[in-house]
Amino acid sequence: MVKWTEEERQTIRSVWEKVDIDETGPQLIARALIVYPWTERYFGTFGDIFTTSAILTNAKVATHGKVVLRALDRAVKNLDNITETYAALSRLHYEKLKVDPDNFRLLADCITITIACKLKAALNPQVQATWQKFLSAVVEAMNNQYK
Amino acid sequence: MLYRASRAALICPVPPSRMGVTCGGRLNLSRGNLQSPSDSGRETEREADMSLTDKDKAAVKALWAKISKSADAIGAEALGRLVTVYPQTKTYFAHWPDLSASSPSVKNHGKKIMGGVTLAVAKIDDLTNGLLDLSELHAFKLRVDPANFKLLSHCLLVVIAAMFPNDFTPEAHVSMDKFLCNLALGLSERYR
Repeated sequence: MVKWTEEERQTIRSVWEKVDIDETGPQLIARALIVYPWTERYFGTFGDIFTTSAILTNAKVATHGKVVLRALDRAVKNLDNITETYAALSRLHYEKLKVDPDNFRLLADCITITIACKLKAALNPQVQATWQKFLSAVVEAMNNQYK
Repeated sequence: MLYRASRAALICPVPPSRMGVTCGGRLNLSRGNLQSPSDSGRETEREADMSLTDKDKAAVKALWAKISKSADAIGAEALGRLVTVYPQTKTYFAHWPDLSASSPSVKNHGKKIMGGVTLAVAKIDDLTNGLLDLSELHAFKLRVDPANFKLLSHCLLVVIAAMFPNDFTPEAHVSMDKFLCNLALGLSERYR
């Protein structure tokens, strides 16, 4: 189980409270689809996601970004329990959605970069380190039921 | 070819099969990516390289034109983040008294690294040959585990995103990411 210092908890919360899910959610999945185009394979029901302009204006992409960040909110609120909090999500992504778990790592990197665009210098090296420690725990929890 | 693919896998994310069947069962014919058996060897190498298109090169040069004045600051920031976010990388810099993000050693070395990136932008049409000397340096003298190149690449992307959020669009991001992957491949050319 991951251990968090009080300082790390504060840092994670202070990053998260600066993130507007309605603003950042749409940007996140769009960026993932553009930067890692093979992720298209998981969104067959989203309609046109095959060009940059289509991705950036696709309503389902935007909605899904908000879904992902709302799930991340649960991890922020359950730092001592991320594995259990995400057990059902992990099983869903493995058994039903059949997502290659390497994509969780790629999405985590996209989250950091999207947040860097918003927070700029506020995401200083120490804050980035703590934020990425949090995302590693999230990625590990998402991998947990892949067996 | 298999060697090149496995080496690239250490450095760049390798996509799953490009047959593109989605979880909804619909065949995804985007980007014309159907493979024939005779193509599979070459396709593996192309996938592993994810080589730079003319559009990528133009995007990298356009982004570079906007950010290169800040190259020293970007390099210093990126290296500071590397040793902070990935503490295992400090093992390469044990000879520096101060490994904090603000230390003069880190700042100077970050500047030097960006000199290498600047060179790579200039040699973007032939990274393998353009980076041979740097590759020999990293392979035989510095002996840096090439897995670390992608960690530094990520830190560079975060710094560029933070300093130039309006210019670091998703399109610029993908081209820059591909460029850094190819740069890392060029740097590892001489390793074995």
